Amino acid sequence: MYFQDLMLKLLEYWGNKGCIILEPYDTEKGAGTMSPYTFLKALGPEPWKVVYVEPSRRPADARYGENPHRVYQHHQLQVILKPSPDDIQDLYLDSLKAIGIDPLKHDIRFVEDNWEAPTLGAWGLGWEVWLDGMEITQFTYFQQVGSINCEIESAELTYGLERIAMYLQDVDNIFDIKWNKDFTYGDIFKKAEYEHSVYSFEKADIDTLKGLFNTYEEEVKKILDDGLVLPSYDYVLKCSHTFNILDARGAVSVSERTNYIGRVRNLARLVAAKYLEQRKEMDYPLLKREGQ
Amino acid sequence: MSKKYLLEIGVEELPARFIGDALNQLKESTINLLGDERIKYESIKTFSTPRRLTIIVEGLDERQEDIEETVKGPAKKIAFDEEENPTKALLGFMRGQGVDISSIYVDDHNGVDYVFARKKIAGRTIEEILSLNMPKVIKGINFPKSMKWGGKNLRFARPIRWIVSLLEDKVLPFDLEGIQVSNISKGHRFLGSSEIIIEKVDDYANLLRENFVIVDQEERKEIIKYGSERLAKERGGNIQKDEKLLDEVTNIVEYPTPIIGRIKDEYLSLPPDVVITPMKEHLRFFPVLDDKNRLLPYFITVRNGNKDFIETVIKGNEKVLGARLEDAKFFYMEDIQKPLESYVEDLQKITFQEKLGTLYDKTKRVQKLAEKIGEYLEVGEETEKNIERAGYLCKADLTTKMVTEFTELQGKMGMEYARNSGENEIVSLAIFEQYLPRFSGDDLPTTTAGSVLSIADKMDSIAGLFAIGIHPTGSQDPFGLRRQALGVINIIIDKQLNLSIKELIETALYIYVEVNGLAFDYDKVKGEIEEFFKGRIRNMFIDTGIRYDIVDAVLAADIDDIYDMKIRANKLNEWLRKEGLAEILTAFNRVANLAEKAESDEVQRDLLNEDELELYESFYSIEEKVENFISKKEYDKALDNLVTLKDPIDNFFDKVMVMVEDEVIRNNRLGLLRKIYNMMIKICDLSKIVNK
Repeated sequence: MYFQDLMLKLLEYWGNKGCIILEPYDTEKGAGTMSPYTFLKALGPEPWKVVYVEPSRRPADARYGENPHRVYQHHQLQVILKPSPDDIQDLYLDSLKAIGIDPLKHDIRFVEDNWEAPTLGAWGLGWEVWLDGMEITQFTYFQQVGSINCEIESAELTYGLERIAMYLQDVDNIFDIKWNKDFTYGDIFKKAEYEHSVYSFEKADIDTLKGLFNTYEEEVKKILDDGLVLPSYDYVLKCSHTFNILDARGAVSVSERTNYIGRVRNLARLVAAKYLEQRKEMDYPLLKREGQ
Repeated sequence: MSKKYLLEIGVEELPARFIGDALNQLKESTINLLGDERIKYESIKTFSTPRRLTIIVEGLDERQEDIEETVKGPAKKIAFDEEENPTKALLGFMRGQGVDISSIYVDDHNGVDYVFARKKIAGRTIEEILSLNMPKVIKGINFPKSMKWGGKNLRFARPIRWIVSLLEDKVLPFDLEGIQVSNISKGHRFLGSSEIIIEKVDDYANLLRENFVIVDQEERKEIIKYGSERLAKERGGNIQKDEKLLDEVTNIVEYPTPIIGRIKDEYLSLPPDVVITPMKEHLRFFPVLDDKNRLLPYFITVRNGNKDFIETVIKGNEKVLGARLEDAKFFYMEDIQKPLESYVEDLQKITFQEKLGTLYDKTKRVQKLAEKIGEYLEVGEETEKNIERAGYLCKADLTTKMVTEFTELQGKMGMEYARNSGENEIVSLAIFEQYLPRFSGDDLPTTTAGSVLSIADKMDSIAGLFAIGIHPTGSQDPFGLRRQALGVINIIIDKQLNLSIKELIETALYIYVEVNGLAFDYDKVKGEIEEFFKGRIRNMFIDTGIRYDIVDAVLAADIDDIYDMKIRANKLNEWLRKEGLAEILTAFNRVANLAEKAESDEVQRDLLNEDELELYESFYSIEEKVENFISKKEYDKALDNLVTLKDPIDNFFDKVMVMVEDEVIRNNRLGLLRKIYNMMIKICDLSKIVNK
């Protein structure tokens, strides 16, 4: 199965289960969870169902395109189901069948994994899903987001698309994944991997980035009181990504690191609280939909 | 007729490490429930898989026994009128209690006649009791980490999806946040039916087996154990024994099928720990060893399912292991590009604790403290050098790629890399041994350098964290300080080290001032750490079977030389079996009580009267002997001599009034008692001994 078909099949599968199919959110981020379609929507009592592919950037994982398993940017396929349906595990396993993984021919396990994202003030309980020993999905019931307890717990499924593709296509190197009939993963991303590695590890200007972090942070604080939750959140994401580059660049000492993470978490908390306040004022419009 | 009850809590995959304890809680609270409700039963069995916690009670009574209760009513003279007819008061009481006149009788209560009602309370049925209480039993199970789901007002380790509640062949329904309670269970996720109707309790285990679930954890464990051993034997090896891993694997499968796969030969040239750790920690594979404990090129894993398509599963697992070992090999090869000592500098980048500096600071402190301990123990030049070198290198492996990825390899990689870098064997071993003992019952260091380094590392953590106010409290001990203190105590006793704990604490604290310039209330912190150690020593001595009062008697003296304390406690334990102890203890108790009031132990001989003089002379006649025995650690003999003072002490207290008006005389008498007390306390505080 080609990489693009893998994405399409999963999008289609979850679309048929009532999820909104969305495009990736257009701000740099380290994981699908950071998209406002997860982070904000997981808060409050309103229902939500969504599926999207999220290109996720992790500067510290960059390897100049030379490592067969680790990359600067990988693709997560993210599903949020809120509230979590009772048959969520069965729904998930059916999605594997949809991409040609027959559970009877493999060993599929749910192995304890407690997910936590310190910069988002978020945590949940769940599993890594193993396919013959390989982790292919992160499965989490959110308990807290933006340091706020979840009123209605969401189930989050994060598929590691590259790993699944490597397994299905039986290739040992991520760059050998066939994107479609004619192009490989390497054709599309190898150069980008190299350039982003050089940038993250060697060229990123530390002072500029530190300045940018401060600027973004101030911007959040400036506009949040005006009720501009979504623009504020974009700048929280900018802060997070800027910090990630600084961290990869080796420009952040240990105590500074804790400090930066704390600053991002604080911003995320402020935005989350404001978002909730706003939804309450709006009388939770999506709640009224539920009966239809 | 007695009955069987089955409760199955169907869940999404529980964390393996929670299952054993949850099952115990389920059993305990069911036992308590049946006890409280006066329901007799013959046996209780519990079973578990990752997806279910099950309890089966057999031989249950059908109902509680009826019981009779008496309730006191109004006084007789109010209850009956002159014609002996019930008054309104009595009729009201009877109505309230739901009884008629035949249940009423009159009896005396504190000299006055009252009416009483004899009330029969019909025993409730087992159906009622279980339906009412099982939701509480389920909700009462606690987990180290629990969650909410789907907006339900309920916490559990993972979502509960179904419940089977069955009394013989009858469903006992109850409400638990709308979760289905019926006689329908689920089989293996892929191989079994998702709707198994359990007609009666006796069918349970077999029905599940038909649906590829072996519900008895012990049976699964046997299958895994013997199946794995057989596979290993066929390849001329054995599985590496690991009870914890075996239990974990038992708790992550419902239908185990052990399978064997190959490790590529190229990885076998790596140090065994580098190969074994990713196998066990990340993948829960069992390594296969030959009879000389060398790693063979196989691994064993356990499929949750049957043998169908087993080749695909093996191939997949081999591939995953290959990727993991490729990583490990990469880390190892990168790490050995440089000698171990070149990693020390990088420790500056890793925080030990925010207020206590980096791991580099810790290295410097541990090194200094270890050198000091070496001096106290007079270890000799060779060992001193080894301690210094091992101290410098002790944390270096924490910055290597391998240990960053597999933290549990700390110390082990340090030892490997030290050997690789040409360090001598004692230094290499000491780097590993600094972490011993890692858990209760673990090996202790074998080398002097390792023992010294281990004590230094642990004392440094204890001293520093206490200095910044991080103490273990109740169940909270995030830095494992209790375990570390016990480690220090165990090493000292095991190696018979004459090491003063007080001095050790003082030195460790002083080094913080020296290296980190840390500011703290020195006397307060020192006192707290001493108390902390006393607490650990107390528990440990009591655990080894020494009477608690003897431990207290020994601890009342200074905590200094722990090994010596242990000897004193043991000798005292023996010695206290002597006859006539009660009188001796009384005498020394009186001494101890008054000695506390003394300002000094100075005695002017010419101020003493005849009776005082007798005690004074007796004391001086044994003083030297007792001191001698103490210095030779012959505490029983020291005590034998000390107790010869019993008669002079008794005589003293019979004839002499200590607390007289005259200050000089009074202080002189107190001083004499203080002298005796001071000698006693070098052995132990006899006044702490409980006389039985």
